[in-house]
Amino acid sequence: MVEGKIIRVAGPLVVAENMLNVRMYDVVKVSEKKLIGEVIELKEDKASIQVYEETSGIGPGEPVYPTGQPLSVELGPGLISSIYDGVQRPLDLIRLLSGDLVTRGVDLPGIERKKKWYFKPLLKKGAKVITGDILGTVQETTLIVHKIMVPPGIAGEISKISEGEFTVEEPIAEIKLTDNGKRLTVTMLQKWPVRIPRPYKEKLPPDEPLITGQRVVDTFFPVTKGGTACIPGPFGSGKTVVQHQLSKWADAEIIVFVGCGERGNEMADVLLEFPELKDPHTGEPLIKRTVLIANTSNMPVAAREASVYTGITIAEYFRDMGYKVALMADSTSRWAEALREISGRLEEMPGEEGYPAYLATRIAEFYERSGKTVCLGSDTRIGTLSVIGAVSPPGGDLSDPVVQATLRMVKVFWSLEDKLAYMRHFPAISWLRSYSLYLENISNYLAKTVSADFLPLRSEAMKILQEEATLEEIVRLVGIESLSPKERLTLETAKSIREDFLHQFAFDPQDTYTSLKKQYLLLKIIIFLHHQCLKALDAGINFRELANLKVREKIARMKFNPEEKLEHFDQLEEEIKKGIGELKNV
Amino acid sequence: MYKEYLSVNSIAGPLILVQETEGIKYGEIAEIELKTNEVRRGRVLEVNRDKVLVQLFEGTTGLNTTESRVRFLGRGIELPVSADMLGRIFDGLGRPIDKGPAIIPEKKLDINGSPINPYSRDFPEEFIQTGVSAIDGMNTLVRGQKLPIMSGSGLPHNLLAAQIARQAKVLGKEEKFAVVFAAMGITFEEANFFISDFRRTGAIERTVLFINLADDPAIERISTPRMALTCAEYFAFEKDMHVLVILTDMTNYCDALREISAARKEVPGRRGYPGYMYTDLATNYERAGRIKGKKGSITQIPILTMPEDDKTHPIPDLTGYITEGQLILSRELHRQGIYPPIDVLPSLSRLKQKGIGPERTRDDHANISSQLFAAYARGRDLKELALILGEAALSETDKMFIKFADQYENKFVQQGENENRSIEETLDLGWNLLTLLPKTELKRVKEEEIEKYLPKEIKSEL
Repeated sequence: MVEGKIIRVAGPLVVAENMLNVRMYDVVKVSEKKLIGEVIELKEDKASIQVYEETSGIGPGEPVYPTGQPLSVELGPGLISSIYDGVQRPLDLIRLLSGDLVTRGVDLPGIERKKKWYFKPLLKKGAKVITGDILGTVQETTLIVHKIMVPPGIAGEISKISEGEFTVEEPIAEIKLTDNGKRLTVTMLQKWPVRIPRPYKEKLPPDEPLITGQRVVDTFFPVTKGGTACIPGPFGSGKTVVQHQLSKWADAEIIVFVGCGERGNEMADVLLEFPELKDPHTGEPLIKRTVLIANTSNMPVAAREASVYTGITIAEYFRDMGYKVALMADSTSRWAEALREISGRLEEMPGEEGYPAYLATRIAEFYERSGKTVCLGSDTRIGTLSVIGAVSPPGGDLSDPVVQATLRMVKVFWSLEDKLAYMRHFPAISWLRSYSLYLENISNYLAKTVSADFLPLRSEAMKILQEEATLEEIVRLVGIESLSPKERLTLETAKSIREDFLHQFAFDPQDTYTSLKKQYLLLKIIIFLHHQCLKALDAGINFRELANLKVREKIARMKFNPEEKLEHFDQLEEEIKKGIGELKNV
Repeated sequence: MYKEYLSVNSIAGPLILVQETEGIKYGEIAEIELKTNEVRRGRVLEVNRDKVLVQLFEGTTGLNTTESRVRFLGRGIELPVSADMLGRIFDGLGRPIDKGPAIIPEKKLDINGSPINPYSRDFPEEFIQTGVSAIDGMNTLVRGQKLPIMSGSGLPHNLLAAQIARQAKVLGKEEKFAVVFAAMGITFEEANFFISDFRRTGAIERTVLFINLADDPAIERISTPRMALTCAEYFAFEKDMHVLVILTDMTNYCDALREISAARKEVPGRRGYPGYMYTDLATNYERAGRIKGKKGSITQIPILTMPEDDKTHPIPDLTGYITEGQLILSRELHRQGIYPPIDVLPSLSRLKQKGIGPERTRDDHANISSQLFAAYARGRDLKELALILGEAALSETDKMFIKFADQYENKFVQQGENENRSIEETLDLGWNLLTLLPKTELKRVKEEEIEKYLPKEIKSEL
């Protein structure tokens, strides 16, 4: 292709002329250093290019080489357990090649070419196939069977398919196309442009919760498999810990974790911890179901913009195989800021807070790539993709444009409050401001798998917490003595819900994950005590004695009760009855 | 020989525009020779065809468009480094100002550095004992962490930073240790405080200082932290030393950034600071950490004064989003005469969990600190309540919490400038304070821990 010539360099933005033959969002290589860039604006023969690497030392007159391809990710066996930068370059291999620092112009494919995988066909020669049909499988890790699908836009008849060890570039099958009778060679390696959502047959409403083992999430503000959620909060309120907890414990089959413009040391934490930690559902190391994208805050800003797209395209690919996938993006604000920075350099008219006017559209497009979908192919397999985005608004101010644009899209809002974080109440998710719009969707599931009174219990607990907020206002004005015994009991129970249920130690081996069953029992015992106390109050028992019940201390320690010994909860119910009974006898 | 350009087209603020140039690269360093033969340095901010925008570090005073000669040096800004830098003092652009001999460089390093590959990073988990209870016990510092002190004008952040630099050590190990100190736009007196403190304790021998004072060129400050961090990286990753970097005051750095942005007529972000300030700060702060297989480490303590003590101001706000926690100083505690006035509640160390516990500090550390946080938070809330309603409206338990909060501030947070508490002392002190509360309220600590560590009776001094 004809090469262009640089005329302007301003930070991550490069303008080149003689670029008539490139298209929007094509990838180009800038200068002899071959820095990766993407065309983001075309004006006559001039192209504005956002460069994914540091541009120091680049100047006018240097060449720009078009590749004719949009920014794409490579898809195939070898994705799982990888750690990529924002444009899918494997960071572990870069380290081998260029040392501890990320140097420029390193060009490494996203998927290892030399490694051989054992391909096991599922279909035979002569079978008719359409896009999305599964040709065969590769056991990628002990947890993940990688399904090799017929690439999009292809339909025909298998004329050749072979079992055995192949690299991702070697042909595994041949398809005779229905349209023109041509024979198409299929390899395990496929490409997909990151900015275009991967196709599916049909979207369905999500109706199954994504079980995360986090009590405040699962019981109070659940997200679904295929749903969307956002976590806005000021710094230090625990966004990252929540994201890490979800990616550790969520019962998705594949986790894609995008560290977008965040801290290097935190990425190191994930990298060192995930191979060690065991998935509670399978007992295998978490890394065997995880793809990591790390573009830390000091890595080039434009690659940060690309990283969320790289992540979601990989996530969609696994969804298309019929997996339950969850994508965590930490933090989408950094992505939005990258947009703003590039937009500023393009001298575009700014919208709110200097963000480009298309910010909301971009955010909407991103979150809409989630969902529960019927995948392409002859079978009707269903895949889900949940998207959970952290947002870091300046000063924790929720009127920030990124938060507002996100809230319009997502169905679950976990509002982190710094006041809770100061008390080291973690997760610092505010029970008053957060919401989940999925309760209706998953009520059937909860009734079937846990108990029919799960949601009623939740509503009652929520009501108690709401009342607590109102009562506290009164206490603030006129003092605690002005409350009736029943109201004081409400405060006592609310405190118990907060401290014994909502508060969860991420770093305690027992408390870090709670099964739905245990969550239910834990909440039930708190509410049970509440009801028993209410009755006792009616029977004329003094509030103070109820507040000082010995059994309260036991309830407080129930969250450390091992999952295997849930029968303890029944014993506790007896103890409550006994404890209150003794009061009556006095 | 470099080509000289006499074609300065315009001068505005710290920026000059040179035209009719050829082959100039982005980020290159430029030398501007005035009519008086004075040479100033600058950096290329933008190249547009033959026009080059240069940002001058020393300001544009006395420059004119007709007689200034501009040379481009074909490379970025470099810092000559050598092991002899220890004990020396440099200006904000890395030139010696202590009347000592010139540095004979072992090599020259680009001050912008390159990002550490996240895959190469080793997770910071070695506990640093600073001897300050509010840090060690509550917001523990670990090696490789970046933990800013967010302060306000008139608060003793310098005292605290000097105390940390003096006392910081990793338990049970004797290792090569160095301090790199970068001053940006601070006053002579403040800089002098650090220098004389380092001299007094003998620490100066293992310290490198980069000093840009308040009356030095503001734009020079943009390079000062990068100089310091380049120097720190050299000592940490090539000379196997554990380096503590103190950057003060980041607020002045950010203001210099804003000045350039305004001169370039860029679209301003919040409070006039440029939209890329997050990225810019990150390229400095992220130059901390450990690398797999390397012995040394870089621990960063940036200091920033929050305008109007406002934590949501863009400078502390963006800093907090990048650093691994923060130590916030409180004016209220300072007024009460408490030193160090660390407000432990909004303070945070994100890397604490990995640095504490058995073998690192003590098995009870995580839970006792969580308990102290919870109890102190409650005590503080109740104190506010007591102000409105009067003590009489509070229950007995509430009063215990108030007493706890007071004692916590006076006994635990409060300590001497030269008092170096061991981690055991700090934790035991915490347990002593917990005797003020009823045992049923101690929900964050385990029963075994209560059994093992909680004194059986209230200590007389409480």
